[in-house]
Amino acid sequence: MKAGPSDLMGRLFGRRRWLIFWMTALAFTVGLFFFRDIAPWAVEYPRAWVVPLKFWVSDFMKWLINEADLGLFTFKEFTRSISWVLNWFLVTAHGIFAGGAKIPLNGDAFFQIAPISWVALISVLVLSAYWIRDIGLSILVGCCFLYLAVFGRWESAMVTLSSIVVAVPLGVAGGLLLAVISYRHPWFGKAISPVLDLMQTVPVFAYLVPVLFLFGFGPVAAMTATLIYAVPPMVRCTLVALEQVSTEIVEFGRMTGCSRRQLMWKVMIPAARPTLLVGLNQVIMLSLNMVIIASMIGAGGLGYDVLHALRRLAIGEGVEAGVAITLLAIALDRLSQAYAVKRPVQMEKGLGFIRSHPHLLTALAIIVILSVIGFFIPAISHYPKNLTITTGDFWEKMITWININFFDIIDGTKAWLLIHILIPVKRFLIALPWMGVVGLLGLAGMQLGGWRLSLLVSLLAAFIALTGNWEKAMITTYLIGISVFVASVIGMPLGVWAAASNRVHRVIQVVIDTLQTLPAFVYLIPVVMLFRVGDFSAMIAVVAYSLVPVIRYTDHGIRQVPPAMIEAATVSGCTRRQILWKVKLPLAIPEIMLGVNQTIMLGLSMLVITALVGTRDLGQEVYIALTKADTGRGLVAGLCVAFIAIISDRLIMAWSMERKKLLGLS
Amino acid sequence: MATTELTSNNPRSDITPQANTPKIVCKDVWKVFGDKAARFLAGHPSKPSYDELTEAGLIGAVRDVSLKIHQSEIFVIMGLSGSGKSTLVRCMSRLIEPTTGEIIFDGLDLLKIKAKDLIEIRRHKMGMVFQHFALLPHLTVVENVAFPLEVQGVDRATRESSVLEIIELVGLKGRENYYPRHLSGGQQQRVGIARSLAVKPEIWFLDEPFSALDPLIRREMQDEFLRLQNLLRKTIVFITHDFDEAIRLADRIAIMKDGAVIQIGTPEELVLSPANDHVAEFTREIPRPKVLSVSAIMTPPDDRATCVGSVPADWKIEALVARVFEQDEPLAVTDTEDKVIGQVSRDAVLDVLINKRTPK
Ligand SMILES: Nc1ncnc2c1ncn2[C@@H]1O[C@H](COP(=O)(O)OP(=O)(O)OP(=O)(O)O)[C@@H](O)[C@H]1O
Ligand SMILES: [Mg+2]
Repeated sequence: MKAGPSDLMGRLFGRRRWLIFWMTALAFTVGLFFFRDIAPWAVEYPRAWVVPLKFWVSDFMKWLINEADLGLFTFKEFTRSISWVLNWFLVTAHGIFAGGAKIPLNGDAFFQIAPISWVALISVLVLSAYWIRDIGLSILVGCCFLYLAVFGRWESAMVTLSSIVVAVPLGVAGGLLLAVISYRHPWFGKAISPVLDLMQTVPVFAYLVPVLFLFGFGPVAAMTATLIYAVPPMVRCTLVALEQVSTEIVEFGRMTGCSRRQLMWKVMIPAARPTLLVGLNQVIMLSLNMVIIASMIGAGGLGYDVLHALRRLAIGEGVEAGVAITLLAIALDRLSQAYAVKRPVQMEKGLGFIRSHPHLLTALAIIVILSVIGFFIPAISHYPKNLTITTGDFWEKMITWININFFDIIDGTKAWLLIHILIPVKRFLIALPWMGVVGLLGLAGMQLGGWRLSLLVSLLAAFIALTGNWEKAMITTYLIGISVFVASVIGMPLGVWAAASNRVHRVIQVVIDTLQTLPAFVYLIPVVMLFRVGDFSAMIAVVAYSLVPVIRYTDHGIRQVPPAMIEAATVSGCTRRQILWKVKLPLAIPEIMLGVNQTIMLGLSMLVITALVGTRDLGQEVYIALTKADTGRGLVAGLCVAFIAIISDRLIMAWSMERKKLLGLS
Repeated sequence: MATTELTSNNPRSDITPQANTPKIVCKDVWKVFGDKAARFLAGHPSKPSYDELTEAGLIGAVRDVSLKIHQSEIFVIMGLSGSGKSTLVRCMSRLIEPTTGEIIFDGLDLLKIKAKDLIEIRRHKMGMVFQHFALLPHLTVVENVAFPLEVQGVDRATRESSVLEIIELVGLKGRENYYPRHLSGGQQQRVGIARSLAVKPEIWFLDEPFSALDPLIRREMQDEFLRLQNLLRKTIVFITHDFDEAIRLADRIAIMKDGAVIQIGTPEELVLSPANDHVAEFTREIPRPKVLSVSAIMTPPDDRATCVGSVPADWKIEALVARVFEQDEPLAVTDTEDKVIGQVSRDAVLDVLINKRTPK
């Protein structure tokens, strides 16, 4: 046998090749740390080297607003006219749901039209729920909206609802359009894909400032921010939906002689309807999430109520407003989901308009009649103030009671965890030489996905250092790392449990479905009340918000393990414990890691919001930039958050795909 | 048996006069999937084999196919899964662009015409039925059937009244306002058939139309299909991998393997003179009495034997089994002019029945 050179390499390194690379890289990193005097710049990124990107961005923004000229009109005129149109929609929706309208008569007199009556809206929603699904959904939706009225949250809720009513159609239409163009011209799809990634991962607070500059302060800016956040999932969902349309259906369309437009709008889009409606549901939920956050910049509504209560530490009010958001979210989610799975029902042909649209007409009739009645009986048009109830006192007392009786325990635990775990981890991460970390990430990229991935990851990481955000990014990493660890420790056993028993599975499913509909903001309320501010509170909020995917994917991952393998293990005499540890978990691990990945994404989006409770990470940087209206600072820090998300996403996805292929699961 | 009657009611004599004006002609058609397939083909000195293509990382889905499909015949394409049947048929309608070759439809080179003309041809002259029905889930039965007319811009009232007849023809009267999901598989395929006939196409492509159905329903649908064809006399390209189905329906069968057509012929020709082992293997399981005609087993007339009664030479053996066993004497075989051209003995029929390799 002859031994060629590659053989020699193989014998030298063998399957341990990667191990050797890793050892070298680790040694290099540790070396950097201990011999920091030789190359201090490789350990801590020197201030003097920071690329002043944030100033450039700010300057560019100034130029855009003050000087950019598009020929016929300036850039600012352009954005302001968009904003004028959007504002018109918003004002109309606001008038219908919340504010009513004034029609000026001669002189100072005017005729006041009330907004849609609460009785009418509830009746219409209850009826629609019945038409779409059944009496159960009716009751759920009815109770949710009654809560809003009875607890005096109606007006705020209607402000929030009116934003959603405008944002959702715009988001859906925009997403649909972008997706259709991407489908027709794959280069366009490739071009916008990274932009969509950024839109989904750059925290909102980061682009609120430029949006404010471009579109002016107020609801329109909030709406634009909402759209930026809610459109990408619609685009993605539509693309998936279009790709899922069976080839036969597309071939049928072409064989029938459809033009390209007919093929898209008459064949593919209708055939893709069920998946598209899942996208609709997502747009609704994301819009709600964002409308709540964006109420900070002057959109008002339920989010503003919560924020206001949190600032004053008005516990009762905060809880009630939080519950209102929750119930609104649940009602909208269930309604839109039910609508998504509903199929058309067969109807007699040849009926007139009136008889073929009974639901629409009934709804309109209810609204008109109740509006007229409301004109004479005010209690119909506005829920009477003296009938509202509040449980504020109760919550107040409960929290006080908890704080008095459990203060020592809570505070003790908090202090112990901070001193023994959180702070050491934080110190360790901050002390890591940045160059070593970039190198290690690059190596991971190389091993998991080849040189392209390696280059991408190291460049993104280097960007963070270059723009002077390294230390803050490490704090973000530490918070997210610990939170994800805690979430996994809680979530995985729950997932395993749910996979083992169908009853548990059903219960957990209901709980996590509900948890997932809650806007991020809601999670802050109890956390702040119990734990006040700081890293610990942030961690708890992040864990609570991002727990769901770990549970869901663990459950799903274990359930999809082929039964044949479990049978084989059982036959060879494995105990249940052995089956779990030796068969189910190893096979489910790629799927579980996808869940962890989702958890990281959710966690990062929550982490930025926890800046409100005082962290010192990138989120805080973004938040400060928001309060100082500093475009460059906010955007650059926001990009850093996005890059952390993208780095971890790409690495984990690459690992999971590879692993699945290896296990023959994909 | 009603069905046999229908099969033999497909008289070849009807077709032969028009045989010189083929509806579709494929000339040296290639479809190779993969990067730079066209360049590879052009650069190859001769015709690359399937394995050569595979080695180059390409898939030879259709390789060098030349054939003619005549007016009003049922042309069946058979082959194992992955042999390129669907791809070939999609090349004929240009749903798939062939890598090289010519497709002549009604004397027109389909690959050279403009997109607009292609759309017109598809709108008026072609119909296609799919294996998984490909019904639009959001439309009712009438709306589905009328869809091809909708695409052409016909207004709702006109198009929906004009398809009622075809809906009745396929036996779906009374279910016009059902949505596809409320129909059984067989009924769904009836909608698919009705829809493909709505524009009265001249050529009808069917890609395994019945293979997603239960055997019983499948048989029923085959009968239905033959009944329709007797009424409509379309030119038909029918894909199947079920040999029983093929011999029930086909005027001619093309057998494909690895993208190439290895033999074209009537079912009887395939059984009697398979071009190679593959075809022989393919046809081994066919019940011979169904495909072989009397002329295949007759012996020259023997004056010493007394024949009782006579049968036409183009009858299938299946049809005379009963008669042969009623008596000991052989039957006389007559040609179309009632002239006796041979005789067939009970033993010869018996040989076929027990599937003994029959002589040529
Ligand atoms: N779009 C495509 N890209 C690449 N390869 C393809 C494509 N379509 C078909 N093929 C390949 O071409 C070959 C022929 O496929 P085709 O669908 O024509 O086979 P078939 O005879 O219809 O098989 P079946 O009986 O399973 O329908 C197969 O190897 C298939 O994998
Ligand atoms: Mg096929």
